[in-house]
Amino acid sequence: MYTYTDFDAAFVAERNRQFRAQVERRIDGSLTEDEFKPLRLMNGLYLQLHAYMLRVAIPYGTLSSRQMDQLAYLAEKWDKGYGHFTTRQNIQYNWPELRDVPDMLDALGEVQMHAIQTSGNTIRNVTADHFAGAAADEVADPRPVAELVRQWSTDHPEFQSMPRKFKVAVTGAENDRAVIRAHDIGLRIVERDGVIGYEVLVGGGLGRTPMIGKVIHDFLPEEDLLPYLESIVSVWNQIGRRDNKYKARIKITVHEVGLDEIRRLVEERFALVKPLFTGVDQDHFARIKAQFEAPDFVKKSVGPFNQAYNDDPVFRAWADTNLTAHRAEGYSIVSISLKAHGATPGDATAEQMRVMADLARQYGHDELRISHEQNVILPHVHRADLPAIHAKLKEHGLATANINLISDIIACPGMDYCALATARSIPIAQEIATRFDDLKLEHDIGELKIKISGCINACGHHHVGHIGILGLDRAGVENYQITLGGDHTQTAAIGERAGPGFSADAIVPAIERLVDAYLEHRTEKSETFLQTYRRLGMAPFKAALYPESKAVAAE
Amino acid sequence: MPKPYTPKVVTANHLLAGDVIYQTRDGWSRKLADAEVLTDEAHADLRLIEAAQQTGEVVGAYLADVDTSKGVPAPAHFREAFRAKGPSNYAHGKQTELN
Repeated sequence: MYTYTDFDAAFVAERNRQFRAQVERRIDGSLTEDEFKPLRLMNGLYLQLHAYMLRVAIPYGTLSSRQMDQLAYLAEKWDKGYGHFTTRQNIQYNWPELRDVPDMLDALGEVQMHAIQTSGNTIRNVTADHFAGAAADEVADPRPVAELVRQWSTDHPEFQSMPRKFKVAVTGAENDRAVIRAHDIGLRIVERDGVIGYEVLVGGGLGRTPMIGKVIHDFLPEEDLLPYLESIVSVWNQIGRRDNKYKARIKITVHEVGLDEIRRLVEERFALVKPLFTGVDQDHFARIKAQFEAPDFVKKSVGPFNQAYNDDPVFRAWADTNLTAHRAEGYSIVSISLKAHGATPGDATAEQMRVMADLARQYGHDELRISHEQNVILPHVHRADLPAIHAKLKEHGLATANINLISDIIACPGMDYCALATARSIPIAQEIATRFDDLKLEHDIGELKIKISGCINACGHHHVGHIGILGLDRAGVENYQITLGGDHTQTAAIGERAGPGFSADAIVPAIERLVDAYLEHRTEKSETFLQTYRRLGMAPFKAALYPESKAVAAE
Repeated sequence: MPKPYTPKVVTANHLLAGDVIYQTRDGWSRKLADAEVLTDEAHADLRLIEAAQQTGEVVGAYLADVDTSKGVPAPAHFREAFRAKGPSNYAHGKQTELN
């Protein structure tokens, strides 16, 4: 893992010192709220419905045990004993008091973490594949690239006051687990004839105007990465629209100006920018890469795994659902579900955080990851240790066997916490999960991604859910629109709206009808919901959602 | 006849704690039931200006509609209901702290 240099540590400490003084000046009246607001947002501090909210970056989703322990400490000391992991690999604390926030930031600094650029019109936390460095299908570990981009973008003087926020995601595998096609810039590490380069996508994003990213460069040489990124952001920073915040994101610029013209402008800019990069960045990149060496994988018998797998059906169900192939022999990637049926997706208590930190320390080469799907990953676990890990997870409500199933739902905080929300998200997720758990159907249904947003900004990624749910305020009442056929992977697609929305009481029965229609129409168990939808289109699902209109049409 | 004025309260977030507060006749309360109900538009606008001037205590003051049909002010919109009570995903926040 990356360790701060003296420069990094001094930079974060100085920012924290400045923010402490800014908070003091706000409290003593020297700063007005209008003056203070941009300063607090630069440091990840929002004011939400019920309280302040501190958003802490977990760069590319990677944490050490010590860092996870410290997140637990913050939750216990300055919050209500829990934290909320988000779709951008951040953790949010929902209840800090203003006076405590500087202490929280200092405590984060102790473990080389911060909340800088988790808000505002800046380049945000750089996200990556949560299986990075462990996945069997990986060309190269995306985290050194993400760390390089993080360092380049942090406090970059040209990019502190942009038309809008800017999000970058990186993957090192063909199978896209980082939703790179829904980011302002998506990077995929590719290999051609033994040479590493990048496929660069631009102009993806969800929100009000969802767009799938387009390839602006299909094989960017490794050494050109930063100058090329700088050129893209620079071109957009200059021509991106500042007159209308809903048209400010680069996806709109690419859409309005055209990909070819953007590419031409970027290349023009690149010719000027490239000579300024003297190679220092590449020397630095080499030093960063050296810090992401793979752990020393051990070789031992997988006997204990096989025995538990044969003897314990609960363990077997969990192993079948929550494990992913690892690149090292005898190892697995463990996904710990933060989606216990009826719980808030992405929430973990301080105790649960400590349990996961201990497991990583004892069995997982000291590494944890946060996935954009709001789960926690132990990326490097020997299969022999899985029965012990599962037993410990079970004791703490963390052994739910539902990864990629209908109850593994992404849900934004929605109107239970968020000041921008137009409806609640979490209770809908809780009800769907509880309902399908009662029906004991979810393993039979198989892979099904439900993603819920409580407003049009789409933090809950509803556009790319196989079933997307968008909560709106219709004349003072919560109303939920359904989209179908979205996909967040390398075959990314924006879901199609099914029709009129449903009330909060009617949305769960509507989802149940959709699932029944899928079970009725799938050719065999291995055909997933998304495959069935792609084969048959909207019609049978629409008929299931709106039985009355079907009856009318038949008359 | 002019349209009847929907009763309102002045609400904001507390600067230090961040939590939801309501303007009373002589200060602020964390309970909506304690809020001063404003039934006259000009008076409401004046009370909002007074609230917004208290920048050392409150953030983001605004007028929120209330329902007074049961004698005490109650939220007129579901957003205000969550602000008054706390999150609905499980019981924490105001709903467990105010009683």
